Amino acid sequence: MRNLVSPFWVSAVVVLAAGLAFTELAANEYYFTAAYLILQALIMAVAWNILGGFTGYVNFGSAGFFAAGAYTSIALDKALGLPLPLLIVAGALVSGLIGLGVGYLTLRLRGVYFAIATLALAIVLETFVSNWTYVGGARGAFILTPENHLWFSSYVHMLFMLMLILAVASVAISRKLNFSRLGRGLAAIRDDEIAAECAGVPTLRLKLVSTTIMGAMMGVAGAPYPFFVTYVEPISAFNLFVAVNAIAMPMIGGTAHWLGPVVGALLVGSLQEIIKVNISSEINILLVGIMLVLFISLAPQGIVGLVQKHLRKRSA
Amino acid sequence: MVSVDLLANAIVAGLLLGGFYAAVALGLAIVFGQLDIVNIAHPALIIAGAYTAYILNSRFGLDPVLVGVLAAPVFFLVGAGLYRVYYAAFERTGQESLSGLAFFFGIMFIIEVALILVYGVDYRLVQTGYLGETLNLGFVGLPYRMLVPFAVAVTLTVAVYVYLARTFTGRAIQAVAQDRLALQLMGVDPIRIKQWAFGLGIATAAVAGALLIMIGPVEPSVGRQYIGRAFAIVVLGGMGSISGMFVAALILGVIESVVATFYGPSWAPAVAFGVLLLTLALRPAGLFGR
Repeated sequence: MRNLVSPFWVSAVVVLAAGLAFTELAANEYYFTAAYLILQALIMAVAWNILGGFTGYVNFGSAGFFAAGAYTSIALDKALGLPLPLLIVAGALVSGLIGLGVGYLTLRLRGVYFAIATLALAIVLETFVSNWTYVGGARGAFILTPENHLWFSSYVHMLFMLMLILAVASVAISRKLNFSRLGRGLAAIRDDEIAAECAGVPTLRLKLVSTTIMGAMMGVAGAPYPFFVTYVEPISAFNLFVAVNAIAMPMIGGTAHWLGPVVGALLVGSLQEIIKVNISSEINILLVGIMLVLFISLAPQGIVGLVQKHLRKRSA
Repeated sequence: MVSVDLLANAIVAGLLLGGFYAAVALGLAIVFGQLDIVNIAHPALIIAGAYTAYILNSRFGLDPVLVGVLAAPVFFLVGAGLYRVYYAAFERTGQESLSGLAFFFGIMFIIEVALILVYGVDYRLVQTGYLGETLNLGFVGLPYRMLVPFAVAVTLTVAVYVYLARTFTGRAIQAVAQDRLALQLMGVDPIRIKQWAFGLGIATAAVAGALLIMIGPVEPSVGRQYIGRAFAIVVLGGMGSISGMFVAALILGVIESVVATFYGPSWAPAVAFGVLLLTLALRPAGLFGR
């Protein structure tokens, strides 16, 4: 019961209320588009961090998991016309299963094989989707935005609010994991896998659990995407930029703590929107790559790590 | 009924393609196979090599193979510098598994985006007299744009194989992978050897890039398709083995070519991944692994 009134849940409620108020007050549609993209990147970053930050395994194929969610949405929308919440669940299932499958095949080996397999996975899924004419193939697919947008004044407003709820939920899951028994097991794997195995941590099972959660969360981030952009083709859905952001944001924010990817995503995401509007989107993409390389070379503990170190020094 | 002509042509084309793949995977066989550094930026560096060939070919009309050879020393220096950074930031502090991987991913991304910024996403190609012609042997056609890269790639692979097996430095590179301490006791600095080997691996990317743009037009994101291929070949070949890598490259080339001929070229990129996953699932030590 004590958990219910913790500062985290209070701030979560405040964030959701602020989001709701925002949809009533703000007039400029651009803000919702920008906020949607930042929240989408935030969910991806939080998901990446569950495997990358907590467990220490790198996933380069985030775009593949994201697109698997998006294309599950497109296929089921076309076949059955399911409502969006069910499409999100379906996207989570498909991407989670892909995560489980790739993890099962490669996580028993060295970590690098998993990393390479995820990278190749994105390319294979892209090949598969490009050849799958039912969802538009290489030409892409148009999605009709549903008429119904509840009490919101436009569909984008509703999507923004939906994304906000999903983002808060994924942060809550990640935070819960960070402090749970499972999270401690994952941290043990990250720090020394052999020692963890010797101490009785069921390493393979825990790794598979975290890969599946990561995949499912990325599927969730991807499922509403077709309704947001209304036109999806493989090259944009499997964009490498999605994968780079998913790695760069946690790395810049700090990987060991659940707050890291949130800080990284909000900071880098906002910066990207500002640069995209004021300078150019190509420069923006280049900048993320340079920031990633600089941060991991010079400040591998990320912003949260730096702040923690600073606080510890002051209290000591 | 599968046509014999078609199958024979597909296999021959696959062998030529596989020979070229050997040049692509060669640098990775040294860097990943011997030094255990997961350089996923290698294909991006190959694309950089391809653009070097394109620039010098379109400006001065130089032959792409010549450009590859000329650019190799420059790429060697770039590689040696890259290893310096990698060593100082990650290897020395034992963070290569997470941060080191992300580092190369960042490098790959920067190269790709920088090329897009300067040259756009248009396909680029090189022009030389012989590239359009074909050598006909009975019912099998050997186009020069495949035959020349094949010959250069085989020469390069053999040269690297002999270098690693016969020279002192070459043997020291193999020793780094096997026993670092023993190498130090022999009075050799492992870091210098690794730097040299990393440079050598990147130097092969200059040649591989020149060959890549001879085979077909290139745009910056093509490199990504070669990540799966290059790693599949190195893993299938048994990590450190150059000869195993060469056989694996030929196998992948033939499978891809046959798939492309009978099922359509749009499926070819998925072949490498299938081979990689099967190898990892069934025989992670590779065909010729220890």
